[in-house]
Amino acid sequence: MREASRDRLKAFLTLLPSIILIGIFVYGFIGNTVWISMTDWGGDGALALEPTMNFVGLANYSDLFTGFLSSGFRQDLVNAVYYSIMLLVGAIGLGMFIAILLDQKPKGEDILRTIFLYPMALSFIVSGTIWRWLLAPQGGVNVLPTYVGLPPLTFQWTSSTKAILEFNWQNLIQIFLYIASFALILVGLWILKNNQKRAVKYWLGPGIIVGLIAWFGGGLFPEALFMEETHGFNLATLGIIMATIWQYSGYTMALYLAGFHGISQDLRDAAMLDGASNASYYRHVAIPMLKPITISAVIILSHISLKMFDLIFAMTGPDNAQTGHPALNMYMTTFRANDFARGAAIAIVLFMVAAMFIVPYVVSQYRQRTKG
Amino acid sequence: MKTSLAKLFLVLAVALMLTVPQVSMAKELNGDLEIFSWWAGDEGPALQALIKQYKDQNPNVNVIDATVTGGSGVNAKAVLKTRMLGNEPPDSFQVHSGQELIGTWVKADRMEDLTFLFKEQGWMDAFPEGLVKLIGTDKGIWSVPVTIHRSNVMWYIPANLKKWGVTAPKSWADFMKIAPKLQKEGIVPLALAENWTVNHLWESVALASLGADKWDALWAGKLRFDSPDVVKAWELFGNVLKYTNKDASSLSWQQATDMMIDGKAAFNIMGDWAAGYMSTTKKMSPGKDFGWATSPDTGGEFMFLSDSFGLPKGAPNRDNAIAWLKVLGSKKGSDTFNPLKGSISPRTDSDLSKYNAYLQSASADFGKDRVVGSLAHGVAANETFMGGFSQIMEMFLKTRNAKAVSMACQQLADKAKIGK
Repeated sequence: MREASRDRLKAFLTLLPSIILIGIFVYGFIGNTVWISMTDWGGDGALALEPTMNFVGLANYSDLFTGFLSSGFRQDLVNAVYYSIMLLVGAIGLGMFIAILLDQKPKGEDILRTIFLYPMALSFIVSGTIWRWLLAPQGGVNVLPTYVGLPPLTFQWTSSTKAILEFNWQNLIQIFLYIASFALILVGLWILKNNQKRAVKYWLGPGIIVGLIAWFGGGLFPEALFMEETHGFNLATLGIIMATIWQYSGYTMALYLAGFHGISQDLRDAAMLDGASNASYYRHVAIPMLKPITISAVIILSHISLKMFDLIFAMTGPDNAQTGHPALNMYMTTFRANDFARGAAIAIVLFMVAAMFIVPYVVSQYRQRTKG
Repeated sequence: MKTSLAKLFLVLAVALMLTVPQVSMAKELNGDLEIFSWWAGDEGPALQALIKQYKDQNPNVNVIDATVTGGSGVNAKAVLKTRMLGNEPPDSFQVHSGQELIGTWVKADRMEDLTFLFKEQGWMDAFPEGLVKLIGTDKGIWSVPVTIHRSNVMWYIPANLKKWGVTAPKSWADFMKIAPKLQKEGIVPLALAENWTVNHLWESVALASLGADKWDALWAGKLRFDSPDVVKAWELFGNVLKYTNKDASSLSWQQATDMMIDGKAAFNIMGDWAAGYMSTTKKMSPGKDFGWATSPDTGGEFMFLSDSFGLPKGAPNRDNAIAWLKVLGSKKGSDTFNPLKGSISPRTDSDLSKYNAYLQSASADFGKDRVVGSLAHGVAANETFMGGFSQIMEMFLKTRNAKAVSMACQQLADKAKIGK
């Protein structure tokens, strides 16, 4: 007993320096940013030695989401969401595909593996500049067809002003209800197999009700803005998504390849003996076994995409609403417009969105470990 | 062998010790001088020439040339702000004169008043009165102007215009007549580049639409941004945008100028650093290979911007910094720097023979034209407004709604306390 508590004390003392450092430099500064985001630090005299800061509560946040002047931020946020989803689908899909191909042990597998992983070694500024040249409107990819006698492409990869999947930000409340209903139904379907009663009572039922309210009651909700404001998926983001997928699919490939190599040959042989084809081996055996890898790839890629700054900066510069991202907006708001409080609020919003992805993961990991 | 070497050192050391008092008697400056600027790249040699001049006068000062690259100082300004917030100011830093300096640094009480230096050096008479007013407030003068650039210039290639049978338009109405014809022949009437060059075009169009008096009234807070005059300016701007290239936002300003040089576009409205680019980098001769006119409807108006250096409070080497400012403001310093940088001297007595044909014409105009401040380059409005304006511009590019954008500008002006 005493031995154990002495061990605990030792462990605590060893951890203490890093606890203190992380406490100050991570959580302390997060706290400080939260505080700044609730003040009015900005504008005249923002850079005084002792700037005046008054507490204004959540005014900065409500301005970001409903203020007339903040439509840029809202478009950026929408961009970031689309960008994250496309990056996840693209990088995981392509990475898994390459990993499966390489898992067939073709000749020169190790060389190919290195080649595919290589883009990871480049900094975003370097790859961003290269992609900027590749996707230039009158050069690079667009002139490729001319080599086989076809007319050049005219798509503006990073500056197109077209958008698809548009929605009206005025109906913000309605949209949130739809998302909530969608999430509830999704979870309900998930549990349906294990616990039918619970699923219907707590998830599916409420989900459908919320969805119906949003559907029929659409006109009754207060509008978030006084004028129409549409946001959508800007096609100009495609160029950036391509560059990021190019850079990160090698990484997901390496994750999956390691996973595939970790599956014992016996298991594969057994599946084959039972008459599984190559496709159904991956579909029903290998990929389900790699669920932890998929989850960690999703976590890592989603927070990379939410923090993306340098690639976008190198590819389209600081002011380009078509490809904007909250991280860039935060930097420009803080250091160009001297609006430190609003910049802090944007940073906190980004932090919250990233936490939405990471916290459930950490919690489930923790639960698994305490169970096991 | 070793002892003789030691003796030699001893003699040298004594000799040095003897010279030291003489040096200090001549009151020479020593120590460091840290100059913070974004003059790297093409402007680097001009800055080096100035530093050399300073070193000739003050050989014992160790000059630290702290440049942070990035056009218009995007990155440099962010670095400077973090340094100033951490209370580690450089000895002297580059800043656009006007509201960018006053709104950010003077209102925060971080600059020293330089009136004493202006009086001591006789600069009150050497610089035009209007300029001194723009770099100062009622409480003092806050920086030493080094360059003057002009914003409202329209560039073209005379040979190309002749080929197409058009002349440089004097008014936007003229432009609207020429433009469809050019467009039919597959030529972009007006070359445009990324976001800040759009702001740059806007200020020329808005000045044309409003006129100098209303332009000044706008920034003095006497004319509202949602007034019909400003809405009209936005509408004109929307019409002008119809005749620009569609891939603008992925081009740098040099690429837009290249479009004009290569004959893909007819005109380009850009500040007069474009003259420096064409004459220095492209080896074109001003007046012969490329031509210029004031941007349509702004004849007799000179929209200026100016780089200057100031003295932050708490500069570690104040005396050295003051000596640096003296070099910057002197006739010799100004005429060394500006021909290399491709700008004109703010001094009224500069030696015009050192400047090329374009700069001579700009200098003559600066003397007689109505001088107004540029928005895109920090003279007219503070950084809160400028930062927000870039976003409003993106809103306009997307919606083309002149009324909504004017309303947004007024909200922004209230927030940025324009004219207060």
